[in-house]
Amino acid sequence: MSSQEQAVAHVHRDDVGARMGMWLFLFTELILFGGMFILYSVYRYKFPADFHIAAKELNTIVGTLNTAILLTSSLTMALSITAIQRKQKALSIFFQFITIVLALGFMINKYFEWSAKFHHGIYPGSETLLSKPSGEIVFFGLYYVMTGLHGLHVIIGIVLISVMMRFTSKEIVNNDSYVKLESTGLYWHLVDIIWIFLFPLFYLIT
Amino acid sequence: MEHNQELHSEHSHGYGVYILVWLALMALTGITVAVAGINFGGLTIATALVIAAIKSFLVLKIFMHLRSESKTFRAFVGVAILFLLISFILLFSDYSFIVRN
Repeated sequence: MSSQEQAVAHVHRDDVGARMGMWLFLFTELILFGGMFILYSVYRYKFPADFHIAAKELNTIVGTLNTAILLTSSLTMALSITAIQRKQKALSIFFQFITIVLALGFMINKYFEWSAKFHHGIYPGSETLLSKPSGEIVFFGLYYVMTGLHGLHVIIGIVLISVMMRFTSKEIVNNDSYVKLESTGLYWHLVDIIWIFLFPLFYLIT
Repeated sequence: MEHNQELHSEHSHGYGVYILVWLALMALTGITVAVAGINFGGLTIATALVIAAIKSFLVLKIFMHLRSESKTFRAFVGVAILFLLISFILLFSDYSFIVRN
């Protein structure tokens, strides 16, 4: 009974527990992408020459640009948390907005990149692709699945950060309670880390 | 204020640290791209992965606030990453064994 009274007396909060829960989810993401990295490694080991030739089709400049965009968006995400800690609400919203703009920029680049591939007839199941050696087919299969799944994560991130912007403006996320924004940040940084590995493995095979 | 510090184990991080880390990440990306043009043979992929690991470490430690989490928390994350690495290493050693035979 007394515990019930206490529960009413102060709002139950466990920010460390909330962050730990987010990390647990991120571990499952690591396993999801980890499995794909294993698949990639095994096939690259099996078809080194084909992977080498296929990777030349990818545009290193677009890949590098997208890496820079994503790293910068991770920076603005981290800055938005510092801003909310310092009671700079407007600044925090601004940083979250920039993060979304950069994420959209990433997706636009991705759109043009994939469109160019489709234009050259390279897409899963296309005749041009199927006429290539099996190692190249596998390379592009992995490329579309892994960067596609990563892109899906970027889109989910955009949605989450948009929600956080609203929460911040309504002061649901505020100087005292910002674990929601932190968790979104954790998710966003994980998406960044996955790209840190995807980039050299797909774009920089020489 | 005290109750605040209990809830948020991390103290307010300065903007400067994040900008420094971002610069380091950009520089490392530049190095990865530059180095990719040089052929180190088998070491080429290793170099790329080592740089990616350093970048991930920076993101985990600074951007993801692991440096200011408690020891228990860091162990929690460390163990998960360790087990991921163990599963990678075991799988690759098994695979290379199968390939060789």
